[in-house]
Amino acid sequence: MMHSLSFLLQVANPQLPPTMGMFVLMGLVKAGAAFGIYMLCVAYTTLAERRVAAWIQDRLGPNRVGPEGFLQPIADGIKNFMKEEALPDGASKALFIMAPAIAFVPAMLTWAVIPFASPLPVPGVGLVDMVVADLPVGFLFTLAISSLGVYGITIAGWSSNNKYALLGGLRASAQMISYEIAMGMSTVCVLLLAGNVNLNEVVAQQGAQGWNVLLLTLAFFMFAVAALAETNRVPFDLPEAESELIAGYHAEYSSMRYSMFPLAEYANVITSSSLMVTLFFGGWDIPFTTWDNLPPWTITKTLLTMALYVSKVMFFVFFFIWLRWTVPRFRYDQLMSLGWKVLLPMALVYITVVASLLLGLDAAGVARTGWAFRGAMLGMNVVFVVLVFWVLDRGRLISPAYSRVERERLARMRAVADRGDLLSGKGA
Amino acid sequence: MAITTRVVARPTGEASYVRATFKGLALSFKHLVDPHKVTVQYPEEKWDIGPRWRGTHRMLTTEDGTAKCVACGLCPTVCPANCIKLVPGVDAQGNRYPVVFEIDEFRCIFCGYCQEVCPEEAIHVGRHYENAEMDRKDFVYDLARLTAQTHPVCEMWDPADPKGE
Repeated sequence: MMHSLSFLLQVANPQLPPTMGMFVLMGLVKAGAAFGIYMLCVAYTTLAERRVAAWIQDRLGPNRVGPEGFLQPIADGIKNFMKEEALPDGASKALFIMAPAIAFVPAMLTWAVIPFASPLPVPGVGLVDMVVADLPVGFLFTLAISSLGVYGITIAGWSSNNKYALLGGLRASAQMISYEIAMGMSTVCVLLLAGNVNLNEVVAQQGAQGWNVLLLTLAFFMFAVAALAETNRVPFDLPEAESELIAGYHAEYSSMRYSMFPLAEYANVITSSSLMVTLFFGGWDIPFTTWDNLPPWTITKTLLTMALYVSKVMFFVFFFIWLRWTVPRFRYDQLMSLGWKVLLPMALVYITVVASLLLGLDAAGVARTGWAFRGAMLGMNVVFVVLVFWVLDRGRLISPAYSRVERERLARMRAVADRGDLLSGKGA
Repeated sequence: MAITTRVVARPTGEASYVRATFKGLALSFKHLVDPHKVTVQYPEEKWDIGPRWRGTHRMLTTEDGTAKCVACGLCPTVCPANCIKLVPGVDAQGNRYPVVFEIDEFRCIFCGYCQEVCPEEAIHVGRHYENAEMDRKDFVYDLARLTAQTHPVCEMWDPADPKGE
């Protein structure tokens, strides 16, 4: 008896990976728990958005349902379920019903590969990775799935059989495809540094080398801008653009089906924040110490790293909300030229420089975890930040409609305009 | 009208995106942490309403509890919304009194003419606004209800000189 027990304990050494059966079981547990927590976070992000919006506008926001409005998301959910669902006559019914789910699912799927704490040793089971699915292609998976999100919005816009909705859907597809490229390009530098697309490896690399935001600030900046565009939030909320397209792609939706779109947006916000944290802010890494990155793994480590990860994500969720209530919306031409004429070339140049630097440093035999390597990367980073934020971000307008007008053409247009005024009697 | 093209001269020299965004973020953060919120938490907190606020009517009474109204008919005459219904009567002592005195608060435009015209300082508009009802017919206030109101009345006149003498 004792012998068999000790044998079992030996198999289930908490510092070693679990057996196949336990792995599947823990996978199910993790998926269930992550789903519940994620949905709860999405619900409470709506409350956070409303209250932060109110505070920024010198108001108080919803504070009536429960203490400080804490039960507001539940009240909203009940309200949305109780409301009448309208199905437009001209709508393509199957797609119309499917679209909200298609919009919502990718955001959640993306989150499944993001590690949120250091591995947890479970007695009798083994070492459980604190990520729902530790895919070897982790990062590529996030890129692939997050680009599926555009289908939900485009299908919603098209199947509504409504002009505004269709315009919103078209804008969404153009915008998300454009910024998908900038987003992918900006993360290439991170992958160059990490040498691996597994997100756990990316976190480990940052634990050893320092957070990527310090070494690749510009990549972070581009990723943040692209992520804003991907989540369709202000300043890139052109697909909904309530002042011009009523509500854009979800103009025809009502009740819980409508509610799925805002929920998908908040799910995307959380996922984008998690990606930013994982790729640029060290994921669950605790800065200034390597204690948390090395075995033996303990429950304390897991809890601490998870707390840090959650607070980092919460900061970025707050940042998204904060930015939304600060900046106005881009015009469509500005949006397109920002994506294609600014972010994409910038990302390409940046990748070239970073890749050359890495190649040079590796050829010179500089150790990647050493201070010389970090110093070189930091120097390159400072040069880029000064160049882009102080030199290039001055005296420029992102607008093809403006910049394409040459001096002679402008004079001609002004002459025509004046003559028009004269003809209509206004110039006199 | 001829179609014209207006070319706006934009201040390109001062333009910036990233720095301007950070400036904006700083501004909105200042408001975020600023404890000065303009919201009044309505059922718990209320605005102080002015001494000349014209709201729900109130009929003042004499010491013995009857309405001061002498049914002279000035208020239904002056009422621009025609919301006062008055049926006068005469009691055993030969005093006129209102048999029916009703004000439709839904029709009323709260101009305060009734208070101004009243020679007996009987009918008043009040400093009161919470007069919601569940039924439309409940907005017609009869004499009993008008005399039962207790809220302060509008000070269209100087309280030290109520008769304007």
